[in-house]
Amino acid sequence: MSQTAAHTEHFDATASKLGMWLFIFTELLLFGGLFIVYSVFRFNHQSAFHLAAQELDVVLGATNTALLLVSSMTIAMSVSAVQYGHKKFTLFLVSLTILIGLVFLVNKYFEWSLKIQHGLYPGSEVLHGLGNGDTLFFGLYFFMTGLHALHIIVGVSILGWVLARVAHGHIHATHFVHLENGALYWHLVDVIWIFLFPLFYLIT
Amino acid sequence: MSSHTGSFYENTGKHKGILAWILTTDHKRIGLLYLYGIMIAFVAAALLGLLMKIELIAPGKTIMNAKLYNGFFTLHGITMIFVVVIPGLPAVFGNFLLPLMIGAKDVAFPRLNLLSWWLFVIGTLVAISSQFLAGGPPDTGWTFYAPYSFRTGTNMLPAVMGAFILGFSSILTGLNFIVTIHRMRAPGMTWFKMPLFPWALYGTAWIQLLATPIVGITLLMVVGERLLNIGFFDPALGGDPVLYQHLFWIYSHPAVYIMILPAMGVISEILPTFARKPVFGYKAIVISTMLIAIVGYFVWGHHMYTAGMSSTALLAFSFLTFLVAIPSAIKVFNWISTLYKGSIHLEPPFYWAASFLFVFMIGGLTGLILGSVATDMHVHDTAFVVAHFHYIIFGGVGFSFFAAIHYWFPKIFGRMYDKGWATVGWITFFVGFVVLYTPMFYLGIKGMPRRYYDYLPQFHGGNILSSFGAFILIAGIAIIIINLIRSARYGAKAEANPWGGTTLEWTIPSPPPLENFDEIPTVTERPYHFKQN
Amino acid sequence: MDNHTSHIVPYKTYVVILLALLTFTALSILITSYDLGPLAVTAALLFATLKTTLVLLYFMHLKFEQRLFGIMVAVVLVVFIIVMVITFLDYSFR
Repeated sequence: MSQTAAHTEHFDATASKLGMWLFIFTELLLFGGLFIVYSVFRFNHQSAFHLAAQELDVVLGATNTALLLVSSMTIAMSVSAVQYGHKKFTLFLVSLTILIGLVFLVNKYFEWSLKIQHGLYPGSEVLHGLGNGDTLFFGLYFFMTGLHALHIIVGVSILGWVLARVAHGHIHATHFVHLENGALYWHLVDVIWIFLFPLFYLIT
Repeated sequence: MSSHTGSFYENTGKHKGILAWILTTDHKRIGLLYLYGIMIAFVAAALLGLLMKIELIAPGKTIMNAKLYNGFFTLHGITMIFVVVIPGLPAVFGNFLLPLMIGAKDVAFPRLNLLSWWLFVIGTLVAISSQFLAGGPPDTGWTFYAPYSFRTGTNMLPAVMGAFILGFSSILTGLNFIVTIHRMRAPGMTWFKMPLFPWALYGTAWIQLLATPIVGITLLMVVGERLLNIGFFDPALGGDPVLYQHLFWIYSHPAVYIMILPAMGVISEILPTFARKPVFGYKAIVISTMLIAIVGYFVWGHHMYTAGMSSTALLAFSFLTFLVAIPSAIKVFNWISTLYKGSIHLEPPFYWAASFLFVFMIGGLTGLILGSVATDMHVHDTAFVVAHFHYIIFGGVGFSFFAAIHYWFPKIFGRMYDKGWATVGWITFFVGFVVLYTPMFYLGIKGMPRRYYDYLPQFHGGNILSSFGAFILIAGIAIIIINLIRSARYGAKAEANPWGGTTLEWTIPSPPPLENFDEIPTVTERPYHFKQN
Repeated sequence: MDNHTSHIVPYKTYVVILLALLTFTALSILITSYDLGPLAVTAALLFATLKTTLVLLYFMHLKFEQRLFGIMVAVVLVVFIIVMVITFLDYSFR
């Protein structure tokens, strides 16, 4: 398709948003596969999972949960802000969301370090020595929270790009679907964690 | 008379030479890029198949040992499934035709479309690298079953990562098509005025979108097993190999509907044109398409009847499998009814479409034998299964692919092929196909296992016949491809509508101009509005 | 130009939803101090579903979008749940 045609045609924001939602479905199914694995092994190793979960720090987990929920609010608000034409407030909200995302990652780093120091990581002798239930629990823990953290990194990057576009005026009150899409991606990351948190930290 | 001046071949936009191809965002060029890649992969994988059949022409080692044979059927499967048949019709004909058939200038996200193609190329190269790195070619079969897939010393990582990247390509194509169909239909083209090939692409796109991520994560878990020893599928660590099979087939069964739905869409386009008659039961075909797409998600366990599932699961999967056969049968009935009292025009696309009906029916009926638990017990993992899926995939998708290329060739290349040679090619292919695969049903029932390079002496006769068919088939493929390549360059110039079709792609020049339509048409009629005499 | 029938969600709405989400989170933690046995999973999933619904409807704007988006989300969730259920037809009855 030639470049000229793209300029003379109306930009279809709904198409853009639909595309983002469809991509979100693929992410939901991606994590869905892991939730299936979790469910099967939880079903087969109820008490082992119950005990293994006690190794996790609920306070840290809850803090991260609260942080992501707040960040979801801030990015949602930014979509209203851009529509009101409150550019500075929009920039503030998007930046705050990014910052919270980074804090989440720092927390995750500390959580993981603690586990790894105690020998609780995939493939470790310590873990295998604890038995099948623990091996599977922590295998799932690292795999799922790891994949989630990867998505936080991607989300932060996307929001960084969005931030730049808002700053340069490419995203504004009458053309903001890219901010909406970035926000949708961030909400996805939040929703995944909304399920990860109870399934790993609260089954004690 | 159309010529190449003013077509999309001439207008290269801001790039020149090879860049005008590999950096294009024109859906038509992207469709052609896929066509060339897929045809090369198909020929290579077919030759692998021929070599396998040469090995099987006699018991014992003929031209290769077991290890080599294992590598061959693995590569043959990976290439055919992930590189040829899953992308196949959507990537080639979906890309080229979808915007034309709905009256659009391109797909919704042209740059994403280019990315899909690049991922296709990169994924294929990564998968192929598995053949050459230290460790040796993968020998697990294309299904990568655990625990062997994480215990084997062969190059699993590139094979699995290649498949992962190819999956991403598939997802993005599906995403693009869904948005295109929702947002870019021409004015007046309501959902039920849309032709059946776009409908088929729509159903397919949803499967590409929703099923592929599951195999994506499963392949990542295999990587996790190989690199980190996480234990999900390792019985020694409490994992379950059957869980791998569940996850793998939760994608790979819907994947066969990614393959067959567009194939059915092609047949639904060709039969009305060559019967000069509206398709029988348009709405029923639409509904059947969507039913197949949805119910197809729930039948995956019929690949696992002997794996050790509960009897409840066996019952449920068998029941659901029989259920999903119904919409397919409805379509076959409707296609045949389309021909009834039609004015049949005998041309190569019609030959392919008619023979599709034959091979698809055999594939489908033998599928019922496999779908029934009691009979499957005896034929699981035998040559019977191999015959079934070649009949339904190669027969279904393959015949449809050749039907599509012979139908839309004039539109795409602006030239007509030699119909005499096309017919000879078709007959040779068809005869070769039947001779190659039919004996396998018998061999399977008699107990010859699949994926073995050797067999008991009583299977020798059937194997000789089957391998002989392979040579005929390859000859047919050669005739077809040579004819098409020559005709693309030297064939007689084609007009806009050589077949008398009624869908929008036939209203524009052959080959189409860069932006397809000078003016986006307004649609008032239903498709296939042939006047009946 | 975006074709938006722009209904702008007030900031306050988002704050209220956040408070609801935090409350449910707190409740889901508190409920673990009671021994619910097998119902523990159900309770956890119930709260998670509730929170997700709020995020989907308000933060992700589903409540204010065209019906099509909501229908798609529902279909995807239903398909996934059915796949999960069918998988358990194997594991629960082995």
